Amino acid sequence: MLRYSLKRLLSLIISLAVASVVIFGVIEVAPGDPASFMLGVNAQPDTLAALRAELGLDVSKLQRYFNWVGGMLTGDFGTSYTYRTPVSQMIADRLWVSLPLALYALTLSTLIAFPAGIYAAARRGKPGDLAVMGATQLGIAVPNFWFAMMLVLIFAINLRWFNAGGFVGWETGFWTGLHSLTLPAIALALPQAAILARVMRSSLLDILGEDFMRTARAKGLSRRQALWRHGVRNALIPVLTIIGLQFSFLLAGSIIIEQVFYLPGLGRLVFQAISARDLIVVESVVMLLVFAVITVNFLVDLAYAAVDPRLRSRT
Amino acid sequence: MEMQSVRSFASALALGATLLASQAMAKSDITIAMQLEPPHLDPTSAAAQAIDSVVYTNIFEGLTRFMGDGSVVPGLAESWEISGDGTQYTFKLREGVTFHDGTAMDAEDVKFSLDRALTEDSANAQKALFAGIESVEVIDPLTVKVTLAAPNGNFLFNLAWGDAVIVASESIGDIKTNPVGTGAFTFGEWVQGDSITLNRNPEYWGDQPALETATFKFISDPTAAFAAMMAEDIDVFDNFPAPENLPQFEADPRFQVLVGSTEGETILSTNNKQPPFDDIRVRQALAHAIDRQAIIDGAMFGYGTPIGTHFAPHNPAYVDLTGNSAHDPEKAKALLAEAGFADGIETTLHLPPPSYARRGGEIIAAQLAEVGIKAEIINVEWAQWLESVFKGKDFGLTIVSHTEPMDIGIYARPDYYFQYDSLDFQTLMDTLNTTTDPEERSKLLGEAQRLIAADYVNGYLFQLAKLGVAKAGVQGLWENAPTAAIDLTAISWSE
Repeated sequence: MLRYSLKRLLSLIISLAVASVVIFGVIEVAPGDPASFMLGVNAQPDTLAALRAELGLDVSKLQRYFNWVGGMLTGDFGTSYTYRTPVSQMIADRLWVSLPLALYALTLSTLIAFPAGIYAAARRGKPGDLAVMGATQLGIAVPNFWFAMMLVLIFAINLRWFNAGGFVGWETGFWTGLHSLTLPAIALALPQAAILARVMRSSLLDILGEDFMRTARAKGLSRRQALWRHGVRNALIPVLTIIGLQFSFLLAGSIIIEQVFYLPGLGRLVFQAISARDLIVVESVVMLLVFAVITVNFLVDLAYAAVDPRLRSRT
Repeated sequence: MEMQSVRSFASALALGATLLASQAMAKSDITIAMQLEPPHLDPTSAAAQAIDSVVYTNIFEGLTRFMGDGSVVPGLAESWEISGDGTQYTFKLREGVTFHDGTAMDAEDVKFSLDRALTEDSANAQKALFAGIESVEVIDPLTVKVTLAAPNGNFLFNLAWGDAVIVASESIGDIKTNPVGTGAFTFGEWVQGDSITLNRNPEYWGDQPALETATFKFISDPTAAFAAMMAEDIDVFDNFPAPENLPQFEADPRFQVLVGSTEGETILSTNNKQPPFDDIRVRQALAHAIDRQAIIDGAMFGYGTPIGTHFAPHNPAYVDLTGNSAHDPEKAKALLAEAGFADGIETTLHLPPPSYARRGGEIIAAQLAEVGIKAEIINVEWAQWLESVFKGKDFGLTIVSHTEPMDIGIYARPDYYFQYDSLDFQTLMDTLNTTTDPEERSKLLGEAQRLIAADYVNGYLFQLAKLGVAKAGVQGLWENAPTAAIDLTAISWSE
């Protein structure tokens, strides 16, 4: 187990190193200079040079790469070119919006998907199943920002139950904070729920055909009892894998939803930073997200290995 | 010495402000949305207009200031004297003005601010505004003398820019995140990515504003802007980004729509050094190929004033030269043929993100195609535009709104991205810069406008409109935008 863990750890470190090179390379190659962006069209050459020196942009790219990586190793993510605040603090501030939003959306999507998937599997081929499958097809096909606009139109503009966007901040209280994240969370959750419900249904249908389900029925459990006691539990494994993937998607991929609801989250930070060529912010945020995904995978690998000893001998 | 009296005008203004203030006893807070978030809050070291929108006249003040109608009036300088040869300005500062940290604003601060903008490693985005300053001298705590290398008729105008506001050496260190000025509002809080809050400054030297607090919110998405306004989450949207939605607000009694003018001359910039645009006949053909009204209607939903030269139509010195480049496709084709391009030409059209460029570009490309000019549309971000078009001059055509006030002087810079190199125009600008007589200046400005129109330097399209949406009860908003500013001191709620 220890050897296996060390091997996995080594591959984690290599992945991170490769990711850092790719991220830095791709972002630095994009045309555009942060100093010219900030100073605009009337800037004089000496002003530009002064600002570039102030921002530390006057050294070679290689030097900048090592400054950046070296800083991250000691926990220093650099200082934003435009905002002039430490990137780590900006990320921490934005995570307070993005992380709860992702969790909220994930919870909603699970709450919708589980009953829908189980219901559909239990009524396979019947009108109930067809209705759920039709709805999920729609949920996958329609982009989340369209849902977002419809939600705003109905619940913010017409019914006035929610604000059209923005985040009130957790300091105003947990429930008011949650309230202001509700529409974006629903918009994010619906397409995810559609995917999850389909996975839940097909995974459950696979299980229902297994020998142990027949045994359970033979022991005298009713169809429903067998479904709940043995089916759902075993069907959860693929579903949990999907949930894990969805979480990293929700955390990193809510850029459009954060734009539509003007939420001060990570996605919007990256979006603004890219157009302002605030390279250090883009690089550090993307690196952090890569780090999060790779680390989660690493932990999942370890967990699989702990559960299933056969995996340890492989790789 | 000639004395310029400005006191009477200032007191008339003060009276007006008092009247406004006494009317408003209703609501005293306001939420104003704008599209872009400022990168930081120091107007003296960045070009971002969003900075000025939040801080200009609210947090920071200069020696002079712009009013909503574009006029320049005394700010922290209560009066000034100009020497006979026009090179020495002696400013008398207002008494009893303090910065938000309690320190007094005096001549030393003025000297500090101007010197800071002038120094070698200054990060001022508009350093050229101060280029003519030879020295700044403190006479006494309330008197400061600025000596110019040559007379400059624009000097008082230049000092009104947000880039010329007075800052204090004591608070300059963290000015970017904690701005300390002399204005009627103090900096409250900045939730990055979300909002900035300003509070009324009880120690303000002038009249107390009607508003107690103001919150600026940042909503970049046009659909979100519409929703936020409709849901009444915000009270005002400065520069509303979706002109197509304005009729809906106009029809709704809960809202008012303010249509004004900006300093933005929107032009089809042409690379004057790149063949075939180095041939004036080709540039003239471009000008006649364009149907301005169709662009204004199609891209801006009718908002915008056609222009025939690079000058703001609301300026008294404006000359209407639109007839010089009237829409005439046949003439355009004939000109192209005459220049040897009867089979048409191919070029690129670089479009930055604003909708005037992206939407306008599609229409212009179609209009140019009609006369045989095939323009390949290339969509770029601002950072790319600055790099390849502005700096690299690697473009044929591009569409940009030049938003700096009174910026016809850019045509005197041969290395400016559209590369117009005319000795006549450069001489004319030199004369203008040293002319202080208003009438003479108007005449010279007229000549300048005619010259760049006759040379067909760029395709002159339209003056960008300022489109504001506000709740019906908000009064005192600037209709026009002589500079990027949301002047909170004049805003109040009606009963």
